[in-house]
Amino acid sequence: MKTDNRIKIVCGHYGSGKTNVCVNLALLYKKMFPSTEVALADIDTVNPYFRAADAVKQLEDSGIHTIIPEFANTNVDIPSLPAELYSLFSKDSKTVSFLDVGGDDGAAALGMYSDLIRECGYEMIYVISKYRPLISDVDAAADLMNIIEEVSHLRCTAIVNNSSVGQETTRDDIINSLDYAHKVSEKCGLPLLFTSYYHDLVGDISKEGEKFFPMKNVTKQIF
Amino acid sequence: MSNKVLMKGTEAIAQAAIECGCKYYFGYPITPQTELSEYMAKKLPKVGGLCLQAESEVAAINMTLGAAAAGTRVITSSSSPGISLKSEGISYMAGCDLPCVIVNVQRGGPGLGGIQPSQQDYYQATRGVGHGDLRLLVLAPSSVQEMAQLTVEAFDMADIYRMPAMILADGALGQMMEPVDFDSIPRRDIPEKPWAACGHNNERKKNIVNSLYIDPQVLENVVDERYKRYDVIEETEARCEEYLCEDADIVLVSFGITARICKTAIKAAREEGIKVGLIRPITLWPFPKKNIAAIAENAKVFLSVEMSKGQMIDDVRLAVNGKAPVHFYGRTGGMIPTPEAVLENIKKLAEEINA
Repeated sequence: MKTDNRIKIVCGHYGSGKTNVCVNLALLYKKMFPSTEVALADIDTVNPYFRAADAVKQLEDSGIHTIIPEFANTNVDIPSLPAELYSLFSKDSKTVSFLDVGGDDGAAALGMYSDLIRECGYEMIYVISKYRPLISDVDAAADLMNIIEEVSHLRCTAIVNNSSVGQETTRDDIINSLDYAHKVSEKCGLPLLFTSYYHDLVGDISKEGEKFFPMKNVTKQIF
Repeated sequence: MSNKVLMKGTEAIAQAAIECGCKYYFGYPITPQTELSEYMAKKLPKVGGLCLQAESEVAAINMTLGAAAAGTRVITSSSSPGISLKSEGISYMAGCDLPCVIVNVQRGGPGLGGIQPSQQDYYQATRGVGHGDLRLLVLAPSSVQEMAQLTVEAFDMADIYRMPAMILADGALGQMMEPVDFDSIPRRDIPEKPWAACGHNNERKKNIVNSLYIDPQVLENVVDERYKRYDVIEETEARCEEYLCEDADIVLVSFGITARICKTAIKAAREEGIKVGLIRPITLWPFPKKNIAAIAENAKVFLSVEMSKGQMIDDVRLAVNGKAPVHFYGRTGGMIPTPEAVLENIKKLAEEINA
């Protein structure tokens, strides 16, 4: 992660683990730079449940300000976003802001803010997973990135490999996804920032020349 | 697709349908199942199929009827209010003896209700979807793997018994993600469809697919014949999972996502020495009444746990047949029961039977 771009955007295919990556990155950033004001905004307008809004308490307890759509986790799906979002893009703001974006073309919600975001300076992480069928093909993953860039009016700046088969993920599943991740990275012409994974499931991982990001699973658990 | 993949429940249903040769999807978007149509829209054209967003649920179910009448595998999906709209067409399909798979990813009701998960359409699925003397095969998955597996089985059973089959899921199962293995799904032998209206080329008598019978006696005969098939299904197709029932004093009955919550509560109760088990109906029609009746011989009390005000409990009571009291715990309106709340109910019953 760079420190000079104030707006950090996490986008990708739905179900690729964007929310987990976004929340874990925000928590890490706040830990590394405790005196910096950090915010996380849930700007997912397409997903009815399992979203950043579920992690509000954990984020707020860690000193991260959260901005959540008024109707998130309610009984209606009204794709409205709170006006407070504009405060993140104010010229006077120094807050480092993580934006958890809706999957696929749900990134269209970014479009209306794209001029402001560009003025602030941003990086946009494209999250990929080898084990999600609609992007398991390298070309399909690259095509989806183009769609997201088109609808968001912004450019992706890096790839994060979050290849996971949920609770059954093994160390081999993660290692076996690296080749895919490098191929997507090459096809998209973007650096592979790191490979993220649930630390609780597989413990520490290392491989020469590869960067790994151990994460906590923040997904809402029903049972 | 040979390797394990991570999928949403709705996607798993869609991919399973494609894997077992279904090339036609007709539907109309509604939360929380729209990913199913999105997946079909992306995938079906690539396998020479067709995904069509109809102008309404009513149109979608009648397109489904048409495709089924032509003898092809076809699927439609919706969520609660959309299934209500489809019910007329579902009744026509039952009356025409047409196989198809209908997916209901339930949300809170009644009316527009809400978008959060529910199991409030149990009555609708097992009793009252559409008019007339009719039954649907109703399958209740409890995991994303079962969303895939029961979809394949629903297609097979629909073809074997020439009737619509319903996958009764809920929003949580539709939206949550788990690994899926499509290769392990069992398949059955499927009969030919000599009745299909798919063009006779002047080589055979024309087939007519119809639910209108001018002579009441003929209609009664047709319905009677259909009920003979329903009898076979009730006799042979009822399925459930029995979990820790052997020594159980308290037996929970729960299906779908709620059964997963019950298992967590049961594990916790067992750690405290409470003898509790679970019967998880996998088929809601036919209802696994024989299994429940057998367990009722030794169980002291039953607890039906549902995301509704209590609908399946009627079938549990009929199956238990007065051998033991049947209690209820449920949440409604899109609220999901917590394992802690289920555990509390188990503890209360444990105190009562020990008192």
